[in-house]
Amino acid sequence: MKFSEQWLREWVNPAIDNDTLSAQLTMAGLEVDAVSPVADAFEGVVVGEVLQVEPHPDADKLRICQVNAGQDEVLNIVCGADNVRVGLRVPTALIGAILADDFKIKKSKLRGVESFGMLCSAKELGLAENSAGLLELPADAPVGANIREYLQLDDVTFELGLTPNRGDCLSIAGIAREVGVINHCAVTVPAIPPVQADITDSLQLKISAPADCPRYAGRVIRGINPQASTPVWMVERLRRSGIRSLGVAVDITNYLLLETGQPMHAFDLNKLKGGLDVRRARAGETLVLLNGNTVELDAETLVIADEHGPQAMAGVMGGAATAVDNNTVDIFLESAFFSPEAIVGRARRYGLHTDSSHRFERGVAHSLQGEALERASALFIQIAGGSAGPVIDVKHNEYLPVRKAIDLRRTRIKRVLGFDLPVENVEDVLVRLGMQVEAVAENWRVTPPAWRFDISIEEDLIEELMRIHGYDKLPGLRPTTILQMAPVGEGNIDTSQLRRLLVTRGYQEAITYSFVAPDLQKLLDPELEPLALANPISAEMAVMRTMLWPGLLQALVYNTNRQQERVRLFESGLRFLPARDGLLQERVIAGLIYGDVMPEQWGEPAQRADFFDLKADVEALLALAGLDREARFIAAAHPALHPGQSARIEHEGKPIGWIGSLHPVVVEKLDLPASALVFELLLEPLLRGRLPTSREISRFPAVRRDIAIVIEHSIQLDIVMDVARRGAPEILRELKLFDLYTGKGIDSGSKSLALRLTLSDDSRTLTDVEVDTAINNILTALRKELGATLRD
Amino acid sequence: MQDELQQQLTQAKAAAAQATDLAALDQVRVHYLGKKGALTEHMKQLGKLSPDERPKVGAQINIIKEQVQQAIEERKLALQQAVLEARLSSESIDVTLPGRGQYSGGLHPVTRVLSRIEALFTQLGFTVEEGPEVEDDFHNFEALNIPPTHPARAMHDTFYFDAGTLLRTHTSPVQIRAMEKQQPPLRLIAPGRVYRCDYDQTHSPMFHQVEGLMVDEDVSFADLKGVLDDFLRNFFEGDFKVRFRPSYFPFTEPSAEVDVQCVMCSGRGCRSCKQTGWLEVGGCGMVHPHVFKAVGIDSERYTGFAFGMGVERLAMLRYGVNDLRLFFENDLRFLEQFR
Repeated sequence: MKFSEQWLREWVNPAIDNDTLSAQLTMAGLEVDAVSPVADAFEGVVVGEVLQVEPHPDADKLRICQVNAGQDEVLNIVCGADNVRVGLRVPTALIGAILADDFKIKKSKLRGVESFGMLCSAKELGLAENSAGLLELPADAPVGANIREYLQLDDVTFELGLTPNRGDCLSIAGIAREVGVINHCAVTVPAIPPVQADITDSLQLKISAPADCPRYAGRVIRGINPQASTPVWMVERLRRSGIRSLGVAVDITNYLLLETGQPMHAFDLNKLKGGLDVRRARAGETLVLLNGNTVELDAETLVIADEHGPQAMAGVMGGAATAVDNNTVDIFLESAFFSPEAIVGRARRYGLHTDSSHRFERGVAHSLQGEALERASALFIQIAGGSAGPVIDVKHNEYLPVRKAIDLRRTRIKRVLGFDLPVENVEDVLVRLGMQVEAVAENWRVTPPAWRFDISIEEDLIEELMRIHGYDKLPGLRPTTILQMAPVGEGNIDTSQLRRLLVTRGYQEAITYSFVAPDLQKLLDPELEPLALANPISAEMAVMRTMLWPGLLQALVYNTNRQQERVRLFESGLRFLPARDGLLQERVIAGLIYGDVMPEQWGEPAQRADFFDLKADVEALLALAGLDREARFIAAAHPALHPGQSARIEHEGKPIGWIGSLHPVVVEKLDLPASALVFELLLEPLLRGRLPTSREISRFPAVRRDIAIVIEHSIQLDIVMDVARRGAPEILRELKLFDLYTGKGIDSGSKSLALRLTLSDDSRTLTDVEVDTAINNILTALRKELGATLRD
Repeated sequence: MQDELQQQLTQAKAAAAQATDLAALDQVRVHYLGKKGALTEHMKQLGKLSPDERPKVGAQINIIKEQVQQAIEERKLALQQAVLEARLSSESIDVTLPGRGQYSGGLHPVTRVLSRIEALFTQLGFTVEEGPEVEDDFHNFEALNIPPTHPARAMHDTFYFDAGTLLRTHTSPVQIRAMEKQQPPLRLIAPGRVYRCDYDQTHSPMFHQVEGLMVDEDVSFADLKGVLDDFLRNFFEGDFKVRFRPSYFPFTEPSAEVDVQCVMCSGRGCRSCKQTGWLEVGGCGMVHPHVFKAVGIDSERYTGFAFGMGVERLAMLRYGVNDLRLFFENDLRFLEQFR
């Protein structure tokens, strides 16, 4: 909502400057977004009349004008505007005038012809962003008058960002009411006497949908002058409110909308056939709107129809067929109350948002229609002449909104606000806000006014009290409460611990969008149909990720495109898995490594990170959660991963994640210079964690033996370890791989594994014989089950 | 005899001083003090002396021996010291070379801010709650007193999947879920991702909010002011003023916008606060009785407050980030600044 300060002050004029007014409005909940002057700061510009126009001898586009600017002499001014013509009155900057940016008007020569001033456009005076040609002033503009005074330019425009509950402030009248309440000062409604009906012309009005439209008023005005132009004061007020002048009829209805908050519509009476009916649209009906668009109406839409069909979308926009044009002499002026429920959402459904729908959606006072109609008729007759018919006012009282009385308890005010508001203020504030207040014992019974659609419960009244009392006077208290501890699982770990662990291991946390490009998502997870947005913001952000890899890989590409050669990223967040019984929104932590194991540094040979570097990080996460001994890495294929370098991670037989090198096809599609390694783990099992339990440690020395075996290359270490453990289950305490060798001395289909075995017993020192037997058992098992041989 | 001894002492001292390493020095020792050494030979000659002279000469020889011994010891220490010094000097390194190994990464600035918010509120016994991001219309709108036709829906540019399923537009549905689950007293914050269909320099289609909720038998608007005062001063580590401004949210009544005195200019007016001296950091209010009704909490018995703040906004103010989009580009050069 934009409005001119001057206009407001015509209604209410507290003795405060506009900075104070601005602060007051903001602190009353009518947030001021901007206060801007209605024109540039300039001086020395007056109304001039062009007396004579002659071509410039040396320039096609320039003209030499004789201008009467009320000075002693007629001024010779060179002008390049197309619309300069004899008789035109224009703003004339005299010699010595100063325009915006300290632009001084001096006597000058334009292609050899002297010029004593400048004829100005609206843009040059800061009245418009753009303008074509000179600003044309009315023919009665007093020659020589200071333009600032003539156009009353010492004014500012306030721009309010109103919240949807304050529809009552979408007008000068509404804002004036608020300013009056805040400043304890009277609001004067500029008097316009009612217009007597000079003619008897009327129009048949019918309301078929009284719940949607409880009141429909209007009147006929005949014989208006189609050539009449909007007076400059009105054009200026509209301009300062952000509305362009479009002709008398539209300007007057817009003016009333701004002044009173009542949206109105003028039909060309002679284009209407028969009377008007306010009804719901019927299936198949269409309407060509004022903006030229044809819409197909649905049965939810309220229309104003004549015998031909719908002629306006009620409360939203008029129709083209019955619109007022340059030849219109007779009009029917509509001033209606449409219920908010009948209008809300309708405009949006047709992709429309108008000043009218904006107000009706939020609520227009149902008491306003008659007064607005009178004021509009008076302006019509004053500006364009004509004679008015009688006011027609069809009302269905039973559907008009009724403001219910609200009980306001003194104790509740204290309970909600936390401090005592002075009692005498309560009644005073509410009355000033236009409420009816009745004292009932300690408490009050309050009935809000018709223009307030946002007050229906006690808390609404309490907010009003606080608002007018001043939010800045709200004390800050410390809440008190009952102290009670909440259970904390000791084993449980926190996502932040996992994050920290990855950070210490060189990872940078990323946050990527939860919606990703469908083709990337499909490339990485082709088997799952992702959840798709109905209204994505772009094709690149159209489906919900089923894993965190798409976002991380995009971040990787972004960084490799910016010369990063080593990238380690992780993210934690939700993945969205469509499942048979609904959507699974699972918390996961995922990571990616690319480039060398270590940051480039001296004394460390550069080595590209491989599967096992990433696996160490994953194992560290599992270890933090106490799952490192239980989790298993099972060789398995994943569409995004290299089939020979990928594993599903399982815990208690259930998959909890994936790890692997990117599939070469993915690397190529992403146009990455080299492959990357990725993992993803479900958070739930990690966060559960595990409470540590202690077991006895042996008091007797442990024996360590190293063995090296040669075994078929394809046999996985896990299997070797399982077989070895089974060979001496009682005393084998620890089993570790400490070397893996292939190459010279080992057959090509084989590998050598060096294992370190730690043996001990809790109750005694092991004898050499026992140890030898155990080692032999293990070797035998390895040989028999896996064909392993002892390496010499 | 006397002279001879003195001479040998002088010679031994000279020899010790000339020894350039421990082996040479040991030869000096053997030469004078060894079994067949010069001084040992003198001792052997003692038997030839008269019993009167014997102790006297013996004592003299012993003194000389001790002096030779001492000279050798001193030289030995000196040589050892030299060896040590040589070794130390050969082993010295350039301590300004960087340390080896993995470098630490860092947390995302949004995570940093969220952790800080959590740390401050958990001091007051607030728990941290999470909720789904794909939400239903009931939790995101209906239960929050935003019926389908409410004009406030236009303020939320909502991403939809179908008529009833959407991406949450705020973290407020988490308060609904918490209140459905548990009767008061309740004290929680709900940080997380939220989504709005809006993308330009100052809007991201995904961003973070933190929601706060406290419900108890006697929670007031003034308590809310006190808690947010406390939070913002602690968050920004300064004695910044906090002001409430009347506003409107369908799910709170009374409602307020929360402004903090500009942390960049301490309220004098600058570009960050558009010369107003104040920064808007969130919205808040007293839980609307309709919301209590939707979750089955008696609004006569309980009152509560709720607030919501934009996390990126706080991060931008805290770290001087000037473009919202940087948070989701994941440019390492940006992220690494938050180590």
